[in-house]
Amino acid sequence: MAALRHSLVMTTLTGVFWGWIVAACLAVSMTLFSGQILSVDLISAGAGGLGAAAVYHFWKKGWLSFAAQAVVAADILVTLDGNAPLGASLTGAPATSAIIIVVFGVVTALVVRACLAGMPKGVLSRSLFETHLIRSMIGFGYVFFTAIVLLPFYIMLMTSLKSQQSLMSNPLDYSIDLGAGIETLFRSYIELFAIYDFGTFLLNTTFVSVMTVAITLLFCVPGAYAVARLRFRGRKALSRSILMIYMVPAIVLVIPLYAVFSQLGLRNTHLGLLIVYPATTVPVALYMLQGYFKGLPFELEEAGLMDGLNRWQVIAKITLPLAMPAMATVSLYVFMIAWNEFLFAFMFLDDTSLFTLSRGIVSLNSSEVPRQHLMAGAVIATIPVLVLFLWFERFLVQGLAAGGVKG
Amino acid sequence: MTDAAHRPARNAKGSRTRGPLARAEAGLARIMLFPSVFIVAAIVLFPLLANFWISFKPVTLGDLRPPSVLLSDRVRATDTGFTTDWRLRNTSRSAAITNVVVGARVDPAWTLQELPENCERTPERLTCRLEELPPATRIRLRFAFEAPPGAADQADDWEPTASGDSENILTNASFTLENFRDAFSAREFWTVLRVTFVYTIFGTLAAIVLGLFAALLLDRDFRGRGILRGLFLFPYVAPVIAVAFAWVILLDPFSGSVNAYLKEAGVIGGAINFLGTRSVEIGLFGITVDFPVALSTVIAFEAWRYFPLSFLFILARMQSINTEMFEAARVDGASPFQIFRYISIPQLIGIMSVLFLLRFIWTFNKFDDIFLLTGGASGTRTLVVDVYEQAFAISNLGAGAAVAVVVFTVLLTFSLLFFRIMPKEEL
Repeated sequence: MAALRHSLVMTTLTGVFWGWIVAACLAVSMTLFSGQILSVDLISAGAGGLGAAAVYHFWKKGWLSFAAQAVVAADILVTLDGNAPLGASLTGAPATSAIIIVVFGVVTALVVRACLAGMPKGVLSRSLFETHLIRSMIGFGYVFFTAIVLLPFYIMLMTSLKSQQSLMSNPLDYSIDLGAGIETLFRSYIELFAIYDFGTFLLNTTFVSVMTVAITLLFCVPGAYAVARLRFRGRKALSRSILMIYMVPAIVLVIPLYAVFSQLGLRNTHLGLLIVYPATTVPVALYMLQGYFKGLPFELEEAGLMDGLNRWQVIAKITLPLAMPAMATVSLYVFMIAWNEFLFAFMFLDDTSLFTLSRGIVSLNSSEVPRQHLMAGAVIATIPVLVLFLWFERFLVQGLAAGGVKG
Repeated sequence: MTDAAHRPARNAKGSRTRGPLARAEAGLARIMLFPSVFIVAAIVLFPLLANFWISFKPVTLGDLRPPSVLLSDRVRATDTGFTTDWRLRNTSRSAAITNVVVGARVDPAWTLQELPENCERTPERLTCRLEELPPATRIRLRFAFEAPPGAADQADDWEPTASGDSENILTNASFTLENFRDAFSAREFWTVLRVTFVYTIFGTLAAIVLGLFAALLLDRDFRGRGILRGLFLFPYVAPVIAVAFAWVILLDPFSGSVNAYLKEAGVIGGAINFLGTRSVEIGLFGITVDFPVALSTVIAFEAWRYFPLSFLFILARMQSINTEMFEAARVDGASPFQIFRYISIPQLIGIMSVLFLLRFIWTFNKFDDIFLLTGGASGTRTLVVDVYEQAFAISNLGAGAAVAVVVFTVLLTFSLLFFRIMPKEEL
């Protein structure tokens, strides 16, 4: 077994593996980008990668060695694929095959160098062998996770920019014809706003989400302060039961709420949603805020109390200004929950004029509405959340980790 | 909870006797907590109880609209005046309406030839009373008036009205065990239960394993780490409706990119309906196994969408591990896999078990994802989807509530278990 931990074995494994991975990524991404179907031949791709690794094994130093790796890898791929690397023939699709040749050569060479750098020749110690193995695994991890995360979002965005005919004729063609003009490109979006009333949906969603944030804060700031600072009987029990509320499934609440709200005339109103949403967000928000309040120095508040402020004034003038970062986190977090909420919006809203985006997009999911419209709706719902998220990422990551996030 | 430490002790004798200050403090706390507690009690706790109530009641979706008297009238001119028919119908198929009152404005100049039983006539008004209108029945009242010519036209807008009392189906005293009998005896109930557990357990495990790998990737310093961390969280923060439909379109058997690519690349012969195939037989070493395709796909979606949460928790825990331990192990000659196995994993097992329990409960509760992906078809119907199906697709609210009771019972068991075995320091 120990003899298998030889540098040659590692070189071979790394080379073949990365030859496959680079070729596969290249084939899929080029296909999704250009619409021309490319596929990987395991033998040629593996051999190309092996070539790059072999060159590096015997000649490690300098730019020339790197250039040699790239050339060897690309040359093997082209030769074994019969002058059509990944299926794009040199004469038939010169631009595509040129890109493939350059990218495959350069990337394979780079990755193989990175994974094998510093490896001595001969039999390797277990530590060294595993170190180099792990480098390949980590590299693959980056590729794998980036690919699975991005693929659905890429498909969503590109589908929304295509037309029905081109989607039908080739489901793999996601190339965008920028020359066609903005109006053609964004036709689905224009139609959504013009015909399907997405402007109203957007306004409704914004209204409901902002109001949910306002109501939640109004309710949970005093509550969180009480749990964090005041002594009263049952405080411990309350802290615990906050967590239990997390566990209550929304579906169990839907039937009674549907029945009662129907009879009270609250179903099919925004007011109904504005009662339900804060109720589901208050426990999480309260839990997050009280944790933060507990971390604030009590001395400041004490000084305020000594100077004759009452509790409410202390909260408004001392605690809240200090807790601004936590308030921001909680607000964003509640906003995102309300924005993304689907079940209650779906169950409660019947009138098109009241629809939130989630509810509106579900109504697009029928055979009569072309799917680029559906995807355009999805993009409209996604962009505000992602922009907010990226903008305030640091705040939110803390909040997500601290609150555990319902969902 | 050491917050008492940084406050002056208000009561030297202990907490049994409470001074006026302590009482005032407790009173203030009650006022401050009231809004939060009230809204949660009204919208979460009350419906929980109401759900038990409804699960014992024979309620259908249609019963939510209270039964009402539907009145239609037709006026026909005759030689001497006109006749009219009032047709009363009870809109409900199950509940009777009592104390029905029907009435209309009349002209004093019109004379009624015969006054039907239970009706009375004042110069300006004609009123009839019925003690009871049984469910799904029609009653016809006929009147013949002697009236001057043209009265028939006038009678067209005499605005007859009907009203009556009916029991509210939600609050009356009729109970039944039928809902539970239906829920448990349904042939698919046990299938649904099995699917629920398969989905929950595998979905949770897959999300945690993916999250562990993602955390391992990002537990090192490199340029672009922040970007990658943000990117990895995308599936979790994007609206479920958007990502679920993106998956549906991506996996579509006819026009989805995945099938198109796999076919073109020669990996598969025919298109795979990832979300619409219950199972395929896979022959392995002579043993054929039914592989549940749609269920596996929704589990994959679950893992994809929720690995970011596990990843955040695990990463946070990893970064708090003392690096000296790793150094010491390395000096002692431990290999990277050994370090991972014998140092990292024991440090992470606590947070991973907490995650497992939390995610187990949330995955068990998850409705949106499966509903949007498959609608519960092709062997992906879980208990929560079943609640929706019973209550709103078959319109039997009571049966839906009965399944919801099952959901809640299972969940309560797990929650109690969760609080019992969860290590305190991880909370």
